[in-house]
Amino acid sequence: MDPVFLSRLQFAVATMFHFLFVPLTLGLSIIIAWMETQYARTGDKVYLQMTKFWGKLFLINFAVGVVTGITLEFQFGTNWSRYSEYVGDVFGSLLAIEASVAFFLESTFIGIWIFGWKKLSAKAHAGVMWLVAIAGNFSAVWILTANGFMQHPVGYTIRNGRAEMSNFFEVLFNKFGLLEIAHVLPSACLLAAFFVMGISAWHLLKKQHIDFFHRSFKIALVFGLVASLLTGFTGDLHGTHVAEVQPAKLAAMEAHWETKSSAPIIMFAIPDEDSGKNLIEIGSIPGLLSFLGFHDFNATVRGINDFPADERPPVLITFAAFRIMVGLGTLFIILMVYGWFRREKLMESPLFLKIMLFSIPLPYIAIEMGWVVAEVGRQPWIVYGLMKTSEAVSPIAGYQVMISLIAFIVIYGLLGGVGYYLIAKNAVKGPLPVKIHVKN
Amino acid sequence: MILQTIWFFLWGLLWAIFFMTDGFDFGVGTLYPVLGKSEEDKRAMINSIGPFWDGNEVWLITAGGVTFAAFPKVYAVMFSSLYTPLLLILFALILRGVAFEFRGQIENQGWKRIWDLCIFIGSFVPALLFGVAFANIFRGIPFDGQGIYHGNILMLLNPYGVLGGLLFLLLFMLHGANWLAMKTEGDLHERVTALAQKIWLVLVPVAVIFLVASAFATRLYDNYIKNPAFVLVIAISVISLLIVKFFLARREYFKAWCSSALTIVSCTFFGIIGLFPVLFPSLIDSKYHLTAFNDSSSPMTLTIMLGVVVIFIPVVIGYQMWTYKLFQGRLSKEEMEY
Repeated sequence: MDPVFLSRLQFAVATMFHFLFVPLTLGLSIIIAWMETQYARTGDKVYLQMTKFWGKLFLINFAVGVVTGITLEFQFGTNWSRYSEYVGDVFGSLLAIEASVAFFLESTFIGIWIFGWKKLSAKAHAGVMWLVAIAGNFSAVWILTANGFMQHPVGYTIRNGRAEMSNFFEVLFNKFGLLEIAHVLPSACLLAAFFVMGISAWHLLKKQHIDFFHRSFKIALVFGLVASLLTGFTGDLHGTHVAEVQPAKLAAMEAHWETKSSAPIIMFAIPDEDSGKNLIEIGSIPGLLSFLGFHDFNATVRGINDFPADERPPVLITFAAFRIMVGLGTLFIILMVYGWFRREKLMESPLFLKIMLFSIPLPYIAIEMGWVVAEVGRQPWIVYGLMKTSEAVSPIAGYQVMISLIAFIVIYGLLGGVGYYLIAKNAVKGPLPVKIHVKN
Repeated sequence: MILQTIWFFLWGLLWAIFFMTDGFDFGVGTLYPVLGKSEEDKRAMINSIGPFWDGNEVWLITAGGVTFAAFPKVYAVMFSSLYTPLLLILFALILRGVAFEFRGQIENQGWKRIWDLCIFIGSFVPALLFGVAFANIFRGIPFDGQGIYHGNILMLLNPYGVLGGLLFLLLFMLHGANWLAMKTEGDLHERVTALAQKIWLVLVPVAVIFLVASAFATRLYDNYIKNPAFVLVIAISVISLLIVKFFLARREYFKAWCSSALTIVSCTFFGIIGLFPVLFPSLIDSKYHLTAFNDSSSPMTLTIMLGVVVIFIPVVIGYQMWTYKLFQGRLSKEEMEY
């Protein structure tokens, strides 16, 4: 029982499970804050109903997201103590700042939002939701900045046998981290928009609560359209930066084995890591990889075989995850643009509604695949170029990790099952009648 | 030196605030199966901590985060050597957190009973295990110069460790009972005030035994012998604990709660001052001790983090106090629904 492999698996389980809930929290909090603001401004009861209905789904999702977040902070110490010791000076401070400036705000004000309906005016209550939304997204900014350091470490110097901070602003404004923020936050909005549209589509297909869900759908559509375009745009920028600072990851993303100029993009391939080439290649577009990576059709792109054998990321997983993410991202843009032109004729577009209903899981898949590209593609490094994952693990016994891993899978499996069951149950029930609250 | 000393005590302060705030909701959750006879009782108990527990728990994240930022090696060795107890605490907190949200979702007795159990386990286990863990830290943890732990979870359950667990558990139960006494009325209120007195009666001897046992099991008193002025902290913890009884008898529950809060904070500082400058002592050899002076972050990180903490922690305390004010007083009928 290898503690490195088991700890990696446990971290993957804990992180990917947590990230099933976080994006919806990030995106939906903004959508709900917007709805509640409309209610506070206009007094239109339907907006209050929307706030309550989507708010209920939000809170179930929030609960699972928030409790599984504690795990992640703990895990750096429990399972990756060598890593924590080595980069804590830089990385630890980002996590501590996240807790003190963002997570506190989110967790305190969500309590006020849940219990404060009769304690606050409508405007103040909507303001509380904005604080929750801003704090949640700001929290993500710090976490992504921390991840940015792992991807492309800057602003540090090696002293006293560890990485110590040498320039705080370089760490904060690390281009890699900024691009991650610019890519992940809109993708969270996109996921939330698809969630709202998918559930709305279900009710519209059943021809119930038509006004309520038609309006919800249209609000989400605006968010979804903007978010899908932004996600695609920043994803492209991000890819160029990866080409520059993480050439091995880029090569793995594209299953690009041999260094050459005018490198092609291969639409479909079956990469084989043992022989160092693709077993099957279909649809090769010459020069495109050079162009996408370096904005020059003749640029030379380093191939995987050019890297030492112990510095190559797993190619098959990275390649496949990247293709799924980009394919789905393209689909989202198409659906959103189409939806925009059909927005007033939704009831006459049952096929589109059906597609949107069944599309609810797709952004979840895309966003998880994005993390697989980012994290698996960075291997064998835990901090790119600085520390290997195999050197980062705690001096703990494999059986300990095995037991905790099994416990995580069982508990998270149950939580996920119950959480999604409750979300589905409440989503199907539809909006309940509301009475206008008056502050005591 | 000064920077590291400041950070050592800030580190202690954050743990103390965590125990003070999350402590009373752990206490309420621990008393939940005892006091929660009817559905209304249970609803009242949950809603009394409903707006606060999540914000309180962030003090744990912050205490952990600050350990990571200011003393990375302490964070690394502490969390990896206490692997099993920390993960048990984590699972307990996870179950408790979702229980508050899930419980009311389905009107079914069996369903509610599952989450009732999770609320209890999720409050009882952390209250007990944090006590066990901290008593063991006071005593020393068997790890070597490489930060490798040579022990197992059963070794944490030595008599002094168990005593620490019991002390924390009773402290939090009293603190939670004071909170409930302040928030409830009627039959539940009568039962909780009677119970608070009983908890107090058990807690006082346990606290005395703990103070005495600390002289034998730990080196905490060395610092007090060197600087007798610090004995004041021990005096505060003893006096504030005695005063709780006085305020309970006078039915001044807010003051009783403030007193138990002070007891928890001063008890934490009893240990922190005794440890100084060691954050994580090794039981194997004192040369492996992780101290504020040998194992802190760089002066730059400590300075930046000090700036962040000095600005934002008062802000956090400010809006959390506003929350307590917003939801102050006994639970009204309207607040019973959610």
